[in-house]
Amino acid sequence: MRTLTKFVQAPGAAPDVSDDSARARETQRGRIEGDGPQARETTNRDDRPATSRGAAGSASAHESAVKHVTGRAAYIDDIRAPADCLHVALGLSPVAHGRLTRLDLERVRAMPGVVDVIAIGDVPGHTDIGPVFPGDPIFVEEEISYVGQVLFAVAAESHRAAREAVRAAVVEIDEQPASLDPVAAAERGEVVRPTHVQQSGDWQRALAEAAHVVEGEQFVGGQEHFYLEGQACLVQPTEDEGVVVYTSNQHPSETQKLVAEVLGIPFHAVTVEMRRMGGGFGGKETQASPWACIAALIARRTGRTTRVRLPRAEDMRVTGKRHPFHNRYRLGVDDQGVIQGGEITVIGDCGYSPDLSEAIVDRAMFHSDNAYSLGEARVTGHRARTHTASNTAFRGFGGPQGMMVIEAAMDDIARRIGEDPLTVRKRNLYREGRNVTHYGQTVDQLALLHDLVRQLEASSDYWARRRAITEFNAESPVIRKGLALTPVKFGISFTAKHLNQAGALLHVYTDGSVMINHGGTEMGQGLHTKICQVVARELALDLDTVRITATRTDKVPNTSPTAASSGADLNGQAARDACLKLKERLFDFASEHFFAELGGLDREGMRLEAGHLVAGEGESERRIPWGELVQAAYLARISLSEKGFYATPLIHYDRATGKGRPFYYYAHGAAVAEVSVDTLTGEYQVDRVDILHDVGDSLNPAIDLGQVEGGFIQGVGWLTSEELKWNEAGRLISDGPATYKIPTYGDLPPVFNVTLLEGHPNSMASIYRSKAVGEPPFMLGMSVWSALRDALASLADYGEAPRLDTPATPERVLLAAEAVRSRHHPWPPAQGDA
Amino acid sequence: MIDFLLNGQPRRCEASPETSVLELLRETLGQTGTKEGCASGDCGACTVAIGEAGPDGSVRYHSANACITPAHQLHGRHLVTVEGLAQGDTLHPAQAAMVECHGSQCGFCTPGIVMSLFTLHEQQHHTPAPLTPAPLTPQRLEAALGGNLCRCTGYRPIRDAALTMGEHPEQRPLWLDAAAPPPAAPETDARFAQPATLAELVELRRRHPDARLVAGATDLWLETTQRLERFERLIDVTRVAELNAIEETTLDDGRPGWWIGAAVTYSRLEPLLEEHFEPFAHLLHRLGSAQIRNRGTLGGNVANASPIGDTPPVLLALGSRLWLTGPEGERELPLDDFFLDYKKTALGEGESIRAIFLPRPEAGRTLKVWKLSKRREDDISAVLGAFSWKLEDGILREVRLAFGGMAATPKRAAAAEAALEGQAPSTAAFQAARLALTRDFQPMSDVRGSAHYRQLSAANLLERLRLVLLRDHQMQPSSHTDREVMLHAYAH
Repeated sequence: MRTLTKFVQAPGAAPDVSDDSARARETQRGRIEGDGPQARETTNRDDRPATSRGAAGSASAHESAVKHVTGRAAYIDDIRAPADCLHVALGLSPVAHGRLTRLDLERVRAMPGVVDVIAIGDVPGHTDIGPVFPGDPIFVEEEISYVGQVLFAVAAESHRAAREAVRAAVVEIDEQPASLDPVAAAERGEVVRPTHVQQSGDWQRALAEAAHVVEGEQFVGGQEHFYLEGQACLVQPTEDEGVVVYTSNQHPSETQKLVAEVLGIPFHAVTVEMRRMGGGFGGKETQASPWACIAALIARRTGRTTRVRLPRAEDMRVTGKRHPFHNRYRLGVDDQGVIQGGEITVIGDCGYSPDLSEAIVDRAMFHSDNAYSLGEARVTGHRARTHTASNTAFRGFGGPQGMMVIEAAMDDIARRIGEDPLTVRKRNLYREGRNVTHYGQTVDQLALLHDLVRQLEASSDYWARRRAITEFNAESPVIRKGLALTPVKFGISFTAKHLNQAGALLHVYTDGSVMINHGGTEMGQGLHTKICQVVARELALDLDTVRITATRTDKVPNTSPTAASSGADLNGQAARDACLKLKERLFDFASEHFFAELGGLDREGMRLEAGHLVAGEGESERRIPWGELVQAAYLARISLSEKGFYATPLIHYDRATGKGRPFYYYAHGAAVAEVSVDTLTGEYQVDRVDILHDVGDSLNPAIDLGQVEGGFIQGVGWLTSEELKWNEAGRLISDGPATYKIPTYGDLPPVFNVTLLEGHPNSMASIYRSKAVGEPPFMLGMSVWSALRDALASLADYGEAPRLDTPATPERVLLAAEAVRSRHHPWPPAQGDA
Repeated sequence: MIDFLLNGQPRRCEASPETSVLELLRETLGQTGTKEGCASGDCGACTVAIGEAGPDGSVRYHSANACITPAHQLHGRHLVTVEGLAQGDTLHPAQAAMVECHGSQCGFCTPGIVMSLFTLHEQQHHTPAPLTPAPLTPQRLEAALGGNLCRCTGYRPIRDAALTMGEHPEQRPLWLDAAAPPPAAPETDARFAQPATLAELVELRRRHPDARLVAGATDLWLETTQRLERFERLIDVTRVAELNAIEETTLDDGRPGWWIGAAVTYSRLEPLLEEHFEPFAHLLHRLGSAQIRNRGTLGGNVANASPIGDTPPVLLALGSRLWLTGPEGERELPLDDFFLDYKKTALGEGESIRAIFLPRPEAGRTLKVWKLSKRREDDISAVLGAFSWKLEDGILREVRLAFGGMAATPKRAAAAEAALEGQAPSTAAFQAARLALTRDFQPMSDVRGSAHYRQLSAANLLERLRLVLLRDHQMQPSSHTDREVMLHAYAH
């Protein structure tokens, strides 16, 4: 209940605004850092429409939806450039490993339309553009490390002229044998970063004393991002020594830094602008910078606007992908199939340089438990160096590859003890008494995942379908059905602690319209929509009053990448912080300006509601329209601009001990998939999928649903049809959509029930108790892979879970079926009948 | 010179022969709503609609990938792009439904998806009488949308948009009914020559023996977008009247059937296949995408002679013949004699395929076509088996087993055929055929599959064939063969 409260002040003294502000900030800080209720009252959904239209919590359309469907949404290559704009093409290494002995570019320079040609010797500043650790030369100096590594760049009057000129180069390479096997590389100690170990308890004793020891190994394939918009940037030289960079990019601040370092100029001479990406998925976190650096070099050298866009096949060869992993596990379980302890080893194939592999393999290790207690366990992570493109961030960031090992184990344990895999999974979920991870973080919200699995089990009719499928399979020699439920528990926060910060810049103009900028980037995930909704909610305005424009390094500086699902969590809080500060200032102003005759009001007595400042209740209620408030504040010389900041509290991790609390909270979900497999050809189809996913209190249910569905399908693609293939010389041969098959329309399951979990707000004080949603649903795709294994297990009368490496293409499924049949029921039947 | 309509507005452009519609739009005309995703016709981001006046004068639109459509083929046609659909602030139903269903996330594939939906909407709501639109079945939607990759949404909202766009009010631009003015006859001797008759085509080829032929350009154009080839001179066969004909006929040997003009697109062939060759029609749904089927031609697929082309094995199994035309006159050739080696055919200097003969299905003959690929839609075969046979008094006769993906050419499995010919479809006969297959083929490993997988799955297709024979002829009433022996989404 809000009451009209008198502002208490000493007679004659000015209102102590700053002291009051400080107190309010203190309260707010307590809310953000603690786990006490935060703005819970405003999440009451019935309340919301009265407050503002389209604000946080409502299913507003994507802020660019109309622009998308009319073709008016501009991407980098759509930006108009001056007629003398230069186009860049890259000269790439044709071999995986060797020494560059000759690079003669004279004929390239002489090709029609060529304006500039550059290589390593033309870089005035830094030549290493490794994002975290060194190891990524902008151009090859001598050592060649993968097919597609950049040797030189050509700028010409047209895109085609540049591409044609590249072929005139004389390149001589002393070719050396390529290392392409990450397991062998790890065994030889060829790693891009040191091996890391996490350990809890006496894992050897746990193994020795266990009733059963189950072990296995698997290969988990990588994944091409296949953002529909390829890598692209446009660089304009400025009148100073600097550049303005337009880039399709998840990490503008890092690109700003690298461009400045490569040019040898201060960061403030580089401005990076990013309006929207045509998909990112992690592939534009570090992989977008090299092109910006190259274009910036040329723009500065020539004084002309310079454009880069990579043709699809080059994009696929040059940029890193999701890491392939080789995983092994050995786990001791009791008679119930509950894990007592053991060891897990994950080997990430990092490619030729560190890039983000340190954190990616860490995240694989953090998620090798998925939703289950490992008991007393040791988890080891190797970062193997091979002669391929440097593998990089991709939705899930190693988490999915780590989870695959424990989901394989769940199936294997179930077959060993003769129980349904779901029974075994449920027995192993984190629970009271088994609620601390192998890296020492206590799992809270224990009831949530049990509740979620229970609900999904019922809504998907799991057990009745299980019976029907078992009966079907007993009668069907060729077509076999499979069913699986797999959960997801995904840790939210950057594991590099310093990245867990965000800034925002809020402007209110004198017509009352609002502009918000923040450090996050829009790649389709609806971040800008959600941020606008946060601002609309805080300022109680209609959503169309709030606008977001391009992310720019000169508006909000020193930002983190839009990654780790953190975009809305971090930037939403920063935007809210800016709103709260501005609101306080406006309240303090209003108290004096509008309510002086009442002796002034304190902030508690005022609120923003449906486009008004409202003070008091009932008959004494006073309503000041937003526009009037803003005008008055302007005339009274009150600043209408504010910046916000946020840093995630509580998180820490000590690499020396392998212990800590790396995650602010966990996001959860579970999926049930049913598949039919043709065991003669390996063809299969997904017949039905049921998903229940935890987003806390949703910021925008429509956007969150889109993330869950899209993440799931992308995860299924990773595990089924998306196969990266290199030839023996280390050249990627699946280098376009003709040979690399992402899911298409027909891969949408005919029955696809997707629901957001209700009634479990985030236990941590996240923005309006929501949860991050970008990555976690990706791993729901594991249910399809597990269902395929279930179908194949029927060929062994469920006595074993056949090994099924990924992607589980029809080829792999057929070969797995043949392998299991040859051990159990050879096909075709040996003797004749008809 | 290319004269065409762009969203109702007359345009006149000049372009080099290898210019694509996409390049013309984005680079010459500054229309950047249409996106490039792959420049190879595989992702659909560049989908546009191309309108042509039919015999009754009404304009019909089909979808096409602008990235691999030659700009010169726009001559005399109406090009509709995503920029043209909205009338002021009023969105086209395809657009309104996409917004309402949250069908766009990053938005980059969206213009292409909108154009595929637009084409579908035109077919559903503006098919001129007396034709009636086909019902909007799941298969129909798949056929309409399978060529548009979306990496964000997972397609559910796009499906919803397709299903609900009919409920949105339509303010249809009047210019959609405008056929482009009849083009000035294209210069036949231009660097992109567009002959109208077979005689002109033969003459052009005589004069320019080095000129390349182009029809749908679905394969040829990759040479320029991917490998940067320049085309000195192209001869477009798509306007040659004789090559566009489908004629019912009887061959000299008495076999009834149809001569399919070499420039007949897959889409135009579809109704005939659906009526007479259902397994072939089903294959067509898995060949490329709507955008490709609207442009690719049967003649192109045969002349291309790729070992992994989808239709040649089917044509081999059907006992197809070719009608060739060239400077020496005309001749007929059994398709069996056409494929000589990897991408090498029996076509002589200056010779072209005029038509392909499809024999009318005879009583007692069965055709099965089974394609194996990594992805069900819009993928190239790893292995394709096309089988036809007769079963007379329980004995297999005239067995034809043709495979794609197993050799350097589309090829019949002679030894396996011999193992089955004259036999009852017994387990022993099929064991022998499976074994014989290892003599017929030594396939290779590549990006689409290993040699071992190809050999194994080809043999297993014969096992499937055995099961189908048992099932269809109830030769083994108590066996398991009443259960499904294949997945219907993949195979019929």
